[in-house]
Amino acid sequence: MSKGKSKAHGGITSRWGGFFFVLPSIIAVAIFVYGMIAWTLNISLSNKNSSAVHNPKFVGIANFTGLIHDERFTHAFGNLIKFTVVFIAGTLISGFIMALLLEKGIKGEGVFRSVYLYPMAISFIAMGTVWNWLMNSTHGEGAAGINLILAKLHLSFLQSDWYVSPKSSMYAMALPAIWQMSGYVLALFLAGFRGIPDDLREAARVDGASEAKIYRYVLFPQLSPTFLTVLIILGHISMKVFDLIIGISGKTYITDVLAVYMWQVTFDFTNYAKGAAIAMVILLMVAIVVIPYLRYVNKSEEYN
Amino acid sequence: MRKSSVRLAAALAAVALVVTGCSSSSKTDSAAADKQLEIFTWWAAGGEKAGLDGMQAAFEAANPDTKFVNSSIAGGAGVNAKAVLVSRLEANDPPDSFQAHAGMELDGYVKSGKLEDLTSLYASEGWDKVFPADLLKTLTVDGKIYSVPVNIHRANVIWWNPAAATKAGITAAPATLDDFFADLAKFKAAGMTGLALAGKGDWAIAHLMDWMLLASMGPDKFEGLFNGSTSWTGPEVAAALVNFQKALSYGNKDAGNLEWPDAGKLVTSGKAGFFIMGDWASAQWQSDGLVLGTDYTWAPAPGTVGIYQWLSDSFTLPIGAKDHNAALAWLKVCGSKEGQDAFNPKKGSISVRTDSDLTLYDSYLQAAAAEWKVDRLVGSTVHGVNGNNALMAAYSAAAGKYLSGGAKDNAGLAKDLAAAYEAGKA
Repeated sequence: MSKGKSKAHGGITSRWGGFFFVLPSIIAVAIFVYGMIAWTLNISLSNKNSSAVHNPKFVGIANFTGLIHDERFTHAFGNLIKFTVVFIAGTLISGFIMALLLEKGIKGEGVFRSVYLYPMAISFIAMGTVWNWLMNSTHGEGAAGINLILAKLHLSFLQSDWYVSPKSSMYAMALPAIWQMSGYVLALFLAGFRGIPDDLREAARVDGASEAKIYRYVLFPQLSPTFLTVLIILGHISMKVFDLIIGISGKTYITDVLAVYMWQVTFDFTNYAKGAAIAMVILLMVAIVVIPYLRYVNKSEEYN
Repeated sequence: MRKSSVRLAAALAAVALVVTGCSSSSKTDSAAADKQLEIFTWWAAGGEKAGLDGMQAAFEAANPDTKFVNSSIAGGAGVNAKAVLVSRLEANDPPDSFQAHAGMELDGYVKSGKLEDLTSLYASEGWDKVFPADLLKTLTVDGKIYSVPVNIHRANVIWWNPAAATKAGITAAPATLDDFFADLAKFKAAGMTGLALAGKGDWAIAHLMDWMLLASMGPDKFEGLFNGSTSWTGPEVAAALVNFQKALSYGNKDAGNLEWPDAGKLVTSGKAGFFIMGDWASAQWQSDGLVLGTDYTWAPAPGTVGIYQWLSDSFTLPIGAKDHNAALAWLKVCGSKEGQDAFNPKKGSISVRTDSDLTLYDSYLQAAAAEWKVDRLVGSTVHGVNGNNALMAAYSAAAGKYLSGGAKDNAGLAKDLAAAYEAGKA
């Protein structure tokens, strides 16, 4: 026994042993993440603007500057911003409120937790199909989905065009995303609450703080790392949103976002260089959100 | 009894051997050398799938040792399949034969050097004599033909429900745009949606617009749009778009939620009046159990009587196909009378061949086949005849943008269409 133990121990402390254990994943990441990013960047800087171009040449950032003047790109970009703001705000608020309610330790908490988490288990495509039915835009007679429910409740004035409305299509699009992700946010916040030692609350109570004040000054400040994590997770999901849009409205102009437009440009227009340029823009947007967070996490871990 | 039937089977097998032996020796290649054939289509359901199964049976009967692998990817008009195909071609991992619309859509693949020249097959199989000359002209690029068309669809067809038309007081098919608008008003007065629209994915709206451009401008001006002799921002297009706008105003308000089969159901169920859609709608409805002439009926779309706005699905031989011989055997089935007559009655399209057996086809297809021979032939834009993939995608997006903006910005639409034409030239 002791012999085997010391052998295993020796293996782990060896400098090279650990390295060889992670080597396959280092190679895979180097090829499939960083290698592919470099490849995409390379295409985005070339003139491979159709499948007829066999020997692409370097053209600098021409594809990127072209995007600024592309009306569909700016349309898709605007749509994505609208979607992101509503999606993040909606998911944060609803997830946080649900976590607050459950945090009190109500009866059957486990049931609620799984009910709220279930939407996470559904694929965006399946959910998109169902939400497409729910968000039918017919008003009045012949209404279906949510509009029909509103009519039955004598709330017809609330009937909406949903994602067919030119102004608010992306706000409607955010609804299913909020529905799906708020349970996840609930779980994260609930874990955050549970991570705060009871001693702190007790101490605050002994000091005569009211419940409201305990939340405001003791619990919420402790949740800020959770809050940041949630923000980052939602942010990068939102930037890359594709399957939800395709599931609900397909490749329709009105609900165009960057990822869908990238797909269309690449495969329908066979403009590979431009498609790669859009991909790089999406990557940059995600990087702007994620990299500062990773630095923050690394620093706080070093500190600990 | 038993013995004689065995003997009969043996005799039949011997005959079959001789026949296949003959054909393989005369045509120098046979699928026997290849263990499998991988074809790539977007025919995954309904009449399209049934038709493909018919051709598959014909192929398997002629090539019993070759496994038929069908890599279908669902999605109307090939919206999803094309993406997969493009990446496979780009990676030099082509299927043995893939489906593409005949015309300019194929042109993109030809220009990028992805397809083998099939001209010799046309001579050896005698297709240069049985395919219509106009079609051969469209298929020919710089004197070479790169695909084998399997069918002809008609895009400019108007469909309606006879019971609903009677209810609205409509007795005859609208022949002109004026008749069409008058009938739309009648449907509206009878409390029905005049025109069924499908906006999801944009292409079905573009299909409607394509017909309206043709109906309003006439075939010469319309064809001029795609060779540069008619301006996209000129008065003819502007007038056509006013008509388009008027037609949309009679549409269902939830168009953005619907794909074409959903919009078709509005018509067959009597909720909406007219539906402008290609003749694949008929095959879809028949597979849903509806009866032509009773549950739905048809006419050439208004303003385009005597014009056959066509599109054609064709199969190709990509350069670098792994099972070259099997692919050639498949293409021979595609162009053969047996293959086409097995495929088309179920797909709801007419045979490309002028010698097809019309008794196999329903009354709509028989009428269509007769008109195909006498009508003025004009290509469909949304289905790849007039422009390449880039033009098609931008054309559909322009129509979708217009509809989603409430069908108000005619000048913007004309500008977007002009840009779509430019995108197709790149």
